[in-house]
Amino acid sequence: MTTNEPLLKVENLKQYFRINRKYTVKAVNGVSFEIYPGETYGLVGESGSGKTTIGRSIIRLYDPTAGKITFDGMDISGKMDKPTFQKLHCNMQMIFQDPMASLNPRKKVEQIIAQGIDINKMYSSPAQRKEMVVKMLEEVGLDPDHATRYPHQFSGGQRQRIGIARALIMNPKLVIADECISALDVSIQAQVVNLMKDIQDKTHCAYLFIAHDLSMVKYISDRIGVLHLGHMVETGSREEIFDNPIHPYTKSLLSAIPSPNPRMEKRRKYMTYDYYESGIDYEAGTEHNVGGTHMVLATDEEFEKWTK
Amino acid sequence: MAREKIMEVRDLSISFKTTSGILNAIRGVDMDLYRGETVAIVGESGSGKSVTAKAMMGILASNAIVNSGSVKFTYDNKGVSKTVDILKMKKSDIRREINGQHIAMVFQDPMTSLDPTMTIGKQITESMIWHYKTPKKEAEEKAIELLSLVGITEPEKRIKNYPHQLSGGMRQRVVIAIAMACDPDLLICDEPTTALDVTIQARILELIKDIQYKKNISVIYITHDLGVVAKVADYVDVMYAGKLVEKGTIDEIFYEPHHPYTWGLLSAMPDLDTRDERLYTIPGSPPNMMKPIPGDAFAPRNQYALNIDNRLDPPMFKLTDTHYAATWLLDERAPKFDMPPEIAARIARMKKEENHDDQ
Ligand SMILES: Nc1ncnc2c1ncn2[C@@H]1O[C@H](COP(=O)(O)OP(=O)(O)OP(=O)(O)O)[C@@H](O)[C@H]1O
Ligand SMILES: Nc1ncnc2c1ncn2[C@@H]1O[C@H](COP(=O)(O)OP(=O)(O)OP(=O)(O)O)[C@@H](O)[C@H]1O
Ligand SMILES: [Mg+2]
Ligand SMILES: [Mg+2]
Repeated sequence: MTTNEPLLKVENLKQYFRINRKYTVKAVNGVSFEIYPGETYGLVGESGSGKTTIGRSIIRLYDPTAGKITFDGMDISGKMDKPTFQKLHCNMQMIFQDPMASLNPRKKVEQIIAQGIDINKMYSSPAQRKEMVVKMLEEVGLDPDHATRYPHQFSGGQRQRIGIARALIMNPKLVIADECISALDVSIQAQVVNLMKDIQDKTHCAYLFIAHDLSMVKYISDRIGVLHLGHMVETGSREEIFDNPIHPYTKSLLSAIPSPNPRMEKRRKYMTYDYYESGIDYEAGTEHNVGGTHMVLATDEEFEKWTK
Repeated sequence: MAREKIMEVRDLSISFKTTSGILNAIRGVDMDLYRGETVAIVGESGSGKSVTAKAMMGILASNAIVNSGSVKFTYDNKGVSKTVDILKMKKSDIRREINGQHIAMVFQDPMTSLDPTMTIGKQITESMIWHYKTPKKEAEEKAIELLSLVGITEPEKRIKNYPHQLSGGMRQRVVIAIAMACDPDLLICDEPTTALDVTIQARILELIKDIQYKKNISVIYITHDLGVVAKVADYVDVMYAGKLVEKGTIDEIFYEPHHPYTWGLLSAMPDLDTRDERLYTIPGSPPNMMKPIPGDAFAPRNQYALNIDNRLDPPMFKLTDTHYAATWLLDERAPKFDMPPEIAARIARMKKEENHDDQ
């Protein structure tokens, strides 16, 4: 493990959405974690648990309701001055979950990918700009020919790769990758994951890798956080989480990983977990150390019961 | 019991006009679908899975050109069995008679099929009211029930949400609820669970299976997730560069694959024991579909390619009544060969796992 300063530090982050007078969604409800330079942090959890919201709050598409976010030594949770904002813009990038909704349909692929380097003037000539775009297209497995097409003229997986190219071309220190490979077929998935690893080796960037595919998360992550209903219920190194899951939600998640083996899969039964029937109250729990860096959210009694 | 065919695709060939030329997306596809059965279409990104599905629904993009082929769909029209060629029908007739009511599709990108200005409740009830004249109150109750079936908690509050107020996976489930609202005969799911975590994914797949069993509907899954395929499919069609390269029962494709592309596909999926530093990828990249492809499109990436592959596209060779593969390796004149050792080992491992599981 690295002993240096974390690149990103999230402390007690809350993000609420007010739908109307009577109804407020507490999408993220007091979440803390850290990401170190050059590491990959896997964030997993059920649909609607707040993963995308965490990503969007960190990159400041939302104003956090409460909590503190420190990035590269700067406090980015409140109002930011111009230099801070610009540094954030260059050094943190997000790959969005819904590719079609995040790509401007009226812009050609070339303009989309070059957007960040255009705004921040990261090249010295049009030829260099072109070269950077073409190189990026090739790296994500697209054709240089594709530069002149519009987003709707691509298949789902190709579109996703445009989003990846747009983020990686900036050479950021932190990439928030929200389900960035889930729309890709296995072969391209592997290609993109290998590419992300290569870029990490070269530039030492860190990833916040949001995904629901646990086999891929296990493969790529150094550390993992398990999110449920806006609470981080368990965190630890990849080995700690996969070899010794403690929280019942984590256990049910691991039991549900589909195996690509039809005869087994067709008779498989899953472990189920229903928070509302479990008698567990996340608000009452506190972080308990299981050993090493392994933490679980529990009350003292729950902790006792789960670890015995 | 005799199988009842509901969809028959023959010799389908589709191109797109683009700024840089004509792109040949689908190059001669035959496909059959029977009532109550589940077919999975798998294949590399860009191989033509979504375009094939859209052709089946008669909703091709405006720059599409149908070069040849037919899509015959058989359905029950007020007690009388009727067969139509979707490709020859008028768009307005398809919309009135077929889509929603008889064929429903869950699209790959949920945001593109949701209307951002309308609450999700309205979007689910709309088609029930339009096709079946269901009273508003009743449609709303059904919408709430559907939302809770797809695992959305507090559905009575959620029906008032707009799409942007939902998480990615919730949107995907809303699209599934819309597709199921009208009890279709054929449900086409294009990557229906990519944004869902494994527990909800399992639940949705169970739900679709359940409805399929009760109403005897047919389902087409387009997915790259071989875990999903393993769970739901009776038959698998493998696509590469706009063609079917192998088709068979689920067991035939997983335990006795014959096409080198299928081998690559199976090798590329990580099992949880993957400890290698790098994941396996099929070397090379798919062909440029703007240019004519002489011979077998997969040849340049195929370490088992024969000379003939560069000249002549292989036909479908028959292995069993249900299993076909398009590779010259199956020709009687081809040299004898074994499947790659890694893939043989993997299949052996799957079989062992299974026996282990039985104890
Ligand atoms: N409207 C369009 N105009 C031009 N090209 C198109 C259009 N729609 C699709 N294509 C091209 O047709 C090919 C097949 O696309 P399709 O969407 O069927 O792929 P797919 O197999 O569904 O891939 P994925 O797994 O990535 O979704 C791709 O090369 C794509 O770029
Ligand atoms: N802009 C918004 N307005 C209102 N509610 C929102 C908004 N964005 C998210 N939410 C709500 O916050 C909760 C968390 O959503 P989020 O998108 O973070 O989930 P997620 O973990 O990314 O799920 P998924 O895996 O399905 O993408 C959900 O209940 C969602 O409805
Ligand atoms: Mg999300
Ligand atoms: Mg597709």
